[in-house]
Amino acid sequence: MSIYKDAKYMDVPYEEKQKLFQEVKDDMRWDTTLYGCYECGICVAACPSARFYDFSPRVFAQIMAREDVDTFYELLNDSVWDCSQCFSCTRCPRQNNPGTIITIMREVAVNHGLSSAKKALQAYSRIIYKIMSTGTQVAPDMLQPDFFPDWGPDVKAVSENLDVWRRAIPPETMHTTELAWDVSEKTRLELYMIWKLTGNLEMIEKIDEGIFMILEEVMEELLDEHGYDIDDFENVLED
Amino acid sequence: MSVATASPPKASTREFIRKGQPPTEDYRELLFDLEAKGELEVQRVPEPFVEVETKYGRKKKIPLEFTWHHKSCGQCGHIPGYSTAIFWLNRQFNKDYHDPKDQSSCTAWNYYASSTSNSAAQAAVAIRNFAQAKLDGYFPLIHCGTSYGHYKEVREEILHHQKLRDQVRKVMDRLKMPFVFPEEIVHYSEWVHVMADDIAKKQVLDFSNIRTTVHPACHYHKLVVEDAIYDRDLYDGQRTAIVSGLVKALGAEVADYSTWHDCCGFGFRHILVSRDFSRSFATIRKIERMKEEANPDVTLTHDTGCVTTLDKSQFSTQAHGRNVGIPVMSDAQFAALAMGAHPYKVCQLHWHGVDMKPLMEKMGIDHEKAWAEFEEVAGRLKENGTEFMTWEDADA
Ligand code: SF4
Ligand code: SF4
Repeated sequence: MSIYKDAKYMDVPYEEKQKLFQEVKDDMRWDTTLYGCYECGICVAACPSARFYDFSPRVFAQIMAREDVDTFYELLNDSVWDCSQCFSCTRCPRQNNPGTIITIMREVAVNHGLSSAKKALQAYSRIIYKIMSTGTQVAPDMLQPDFFPDWGPDVKAVSENLDVWRRAIPPETMHTTELAWDVSEKTRLELYMIWKLTGNLEMIEKIDEGIFMILEEVMEELLDEHGYDIDDFENVLED
Repeated sequence: MSVATASPPKASTREFIRKGQPPTEDYRELLFDLEAKGELEVQRVPEPFVEVETKYGRKKKIPLEFTWHHKSCGQCGHIPGYSTAIFWLNRQFNKDYHDPKDQSSCTAWNYYASSTSNSAAQAAVAIRNFAQAKLDGYFPLIHCGTSYGHYKEVREEILHHQKLRDQVRKVMDRLKMPFVFPEEIVHYSEWVHVMADDIAKKQVLDFSNIRTTVHPACHYHKLVVEDAIYDRDLYDGQRTAIVSGLVKALGAEVADYSTWHDCCGFGFRHILVSRDFSRSFATIRKIERMKEEANPDVTLTHDTGCVTTLDKSQFSTQAHGRNVGIPVMSDAQFAALAMGAHPYKVCQLHWHGVDMKPLMEKMGIDHEKAWAEFEEVAGRLKENGTEFMTWEDADA
């Protein structure tokens, strides 16, 4: 039972929450992320997200140490996405790593296609597509005034002059506009094989079917051109 | 001698001497053990290298050349003068280096933003790049702080989990590539750090009137702490010496400020889809503090996300009448400018948000002339849609 009277998600079966909680604890990183908690708050003092959100790395450490499954589920849905993943909380005198607890929790949320995770990633899906298909996440042509209106007039200047300004950069790998650098086809193919071999395509299908379908279409055509059959690349994590 | 601090807080004056064994295991010993068991191949740091002291007093080897430049998507994509300055510095010292096309990013910006991956995939992405570096005959030099931090995490996981090693080996076998791990994970700013005195010897601009503040990247010195460079002559050995050591070598001032340890506010997902947070943190906790306590001419950092967040967050904050307006650049761009690199053709400062002109004037750079020179080349490229700016153009 949650220690909080106003605990949320009480309609979700306890077994379901317990299953997700156990998945976090089964992650190989779990054993080196939590050694109990002094409740000293040093992590909170160092945490950027704690300054601007109702968010606390200390609560993650305590709830996980206390095995409070109900509150765990609440954090999994309402708090995990506020973390900045800066790992300032590794200053913990107990050698806890709340940032990694959160990384693992996010992974579990994504793997189960939780609606809170889908919502958190809604505006983000085209970036997932970019990284998974090209191996680079940030591209020069992302610098558009309507995507970064708050970054000032330089973004407009870059977008208006993009082609010429990209060619006006000396390293020859960087004359690209759709990719951060000229990534070879071999790299892109091998990367896609990695996603397939490690079960990441199945995960993407769960979290964003639209992105999965585009990714599959584009990449499998490329694989085909090079004489590969994606079905030959089985999930090695299932062995 | 310690770095001069222009303002509070006061650095401790106690001498900080390490006694006894470091509190952590030595990752190199563990790597070599795995190599001896035939589990993986360790790529040795090529000679010539320089040894520097890290957090717990161990020596870390930093290669001077034969480096495989593991580029950063955020630098190449949005701050291209950052990567260009790193290459330009290597060229000025005639270092043999390789700028590969067969390189993916570490994909960790996405991983820390969305967790849409897993340990095995992240490790395989790292090892694929490392294997390619080995096959190309060069040693990985990591441009991005995120990649550097993430690859150290991958190393921790690889060293301690047999199951993960087995999974990664299966992936590498399917890719028909070897399982290679480098002896050291080296960040480009460590190369800049060990080259600082050589850079200073080739310095053509006087920086003695330039006041800087330094922002150290979280994923450099907080995420897997043992690889970061410390120096007893800088901050009494209590904070990482990275970036500050270069500034000192170039004769500029490192001014202190109270939120030195704070993150920049990047947040991985926040900078893309929740920028109100990044902007608030970057300006309220970092830029305004620097401005009030140190009033620097420029703030220097050594990571993609930090340059982006600290620089781009200032535009709309200025509109609210806040006390901001500090130019932001990387240590590599600062070093290149000191050595006479072109501010637009090499350092590509027109991709940055905050106005750099007052800084350039203080550095003795004629920015109007420099911009006209850039425009001349750009005009030529516009006329001829297949031409590129060459390194010769950049130095003309
Ligand atoms: S990793 Fe997350 S919890 Fe830890 S200090 Fe950074 S924002 Fe806070
Ligand atoms: S710093 Fe560590 S011990 Fe202190 S509250 Fe945070 S997790 Fe607990």
